[in-house]
Amino acid sequence: MKNKAYKIHKKIQMIVLYIIVGLGAVGMVLPFSWMVSTSFKEKTYFFEYPPELIPENPSIKNYINAWTSGNFQHYFLNSMFVALISVFFVVLFSAMMAYAFARLEFPGKEVIFYTIIFVLMVPNMVGIIPQFLVAKTLNLRNSLLGLILFYVSGSIPFNTFLLRGFFETLPHELEDAILIDGGNYFTIFFKMIIPLSTPALATVSIFSFLGFWDEYILALTLIDDVSKRTLPVAIATFQGQHGTDWGLVFAASLIAVIPVIIVFTSLQRYFVGGLTQGAFKG
Amino acid sequence: MKINKKKQQVFSAYLFILPGLILYLVFLIYPILKAFQMSFYEWSIMPGEINKFVGLANYGRAFSDPIVGLSLRNTILYTVVTVPGQMILALFVALLLNTITKGKVFFRVVYYIPVVTSWVIVSLLFKYLFQSPKGIINYMLVNVLHVIQEPIPWLRAASTAFIPILALGIWKGIGWTMVILLSALQTIPPELYEVAEIDGANGWQKLTKITLPLIRPTLVFTFVMLMIGGFNVFISVVMITNGGPLQKTEVILSYLYHQAFDFLDFGYGSALSFLLALIIATLSYLQIRFLRKPEELA
Repeated sequence: MKNKAYKIHKKIQMIVLYIIVGLGAVGMVLPFSWMVSTSFKEKTYFFEYPPELIPENPSIKNYINAWTSGNFQHYFLNSMFVALISVFFVVLFSAMMAYAFARLEFPGKEVIFYTIIFVLMVPNMVGIIPQFLVAKTLNLRNSLLGLILFYVSGSIPFNTFLLRGFFETLPHELEDAILIDGGNYFTIFFKMIIPLSTPALATVSIFSFLGFWDEYILALTLIDDVSKRTLPVAIATFQGQHGTDWGLVFAASLIAVIPVIIVFTSLQRYFVGGLTQGAFKG
Repeated sequence: MKINKKKQQVFSAYLFILPGLILYLVFLIYPILKAFQMSFYEWSIMPGEINKFVGLANYGRAFSDPIVGLSLRNTILYTVVTVPGQMILALFVALLLNTITKGKVFFRVVYYIPVVTSWVIVSLLFKYLFQSPKGIINYMLVNVLHVIQEPIPWLRAASTAFIPILALGIWKGIGWTMVILLSALQTIPPELYEVAEIDGANGWQKLTKITLPLIRPTLVFTFVMLMIGGFNVFISVVMITNGGPLQKTEVILSYLYHQAFDFLDFGYGSALSFLLALIIATLSYLQIRFLRKPEELA
């Protein structure tokens, strides 16, 4: 009898838990549902009152307008190009550096590694003014290549730090075998380290991709040429000086979010792994 | 033979670090050092013109600039509100998710959606929600919940314009903190709770005597990271109020960005960025020094 009462008590407790967690989840999603709703409404210069969460006459006009307006498709491609190329080089260069720091001995190793840790603690914005000047001097303003170079350099310290921790855990026996067989350190890196580190490299790639896809400050500072804009800057400028066509802004935003959702939901397991790795290594 | 092998290793190591190191020195280290140098100059942006060395004048100016005081106050307000806000809510959700059996992954994904959405987009979203008089938040408060009579002119009034920025800061960060805390909670062996239950411990005692002490390093880590993030608040301010009305919602980074790229005062902007870096470094050091127990310092 007592046991039964206890079981019912536990069950009620569980239901209450789910209700609270569910309400929190609604709080996370509700703002987005207004965004989606507004993107399907027309004439959103004016605010309807009372606002309707379910649009009366849903229309995909905003999506068509956003996608075909001005340079939007071009901006989408700019963003994709910059993000993908940057990810490739960040992963390659960070992994190479991390390998040297994790498994090779060379003079200056400590000093170089500590400057990397030092840079991790300096806020990104500290360098933004001279970065603007460097870009100007090297003729890298208004250039996607310039943006890529800054993105890659900016993410090298953190990713090197992260991958170094992972590479240190790999076994040493194989390495000796490769050297005895006449291989060199590059053979070890490409034939052993890289294949054994797919999960860590995937994590680094995903986080880097999302970071580059959403990057705003450098893109805003370094790019003036309208045709070289990336999506975040383009979306920010959709907001008008006097009136904002919110439906258009949100249709454009949601198009920009699609790659993020695809990457995030399909590679969700790497996210948590990556986060906790960062957490416990930090 | 052995010396040769060693030489080969050193040579290879340099080849491995070379590409990354060059990029890192040119595009990251050099700009940081350059910013330090610029902070002592009245920097001219015109090519060929001489930059005037002014010593500590830029730093002196920062201490007497009322907007710097206001920006610093807003930055601290943002950190003091959003860091505990995120941590308490995230801990609460993490504890609940750690107890439930089904749907854990689903909820983790849902809470994480704001984290992966770009700052630009969620800032625009919050700006939209807090429009007045006919925005969604005003509608909810006036017509649905009936807590106020008249709509609040959120972004147009200095006293309320910072609230959407604070709300966004908490809302966007809960998921990140929660995922990290949840993974720490999952490392706690369930036997500990069983033993405590046999000893007659209640829920609160289990939380304060077992859970919190065991995830303490993770709590310290998230606290330090969130605080650094808080002092770096920028995009949401630029997108939602752009420092307005009348510079009343300016934060350190938005103010230095405006000084540098609107007024082209590069020397002053650099000095402000170093002051911010100094504040962050000091606070991080103090937190790690005093919040971590001696045995965790190593």
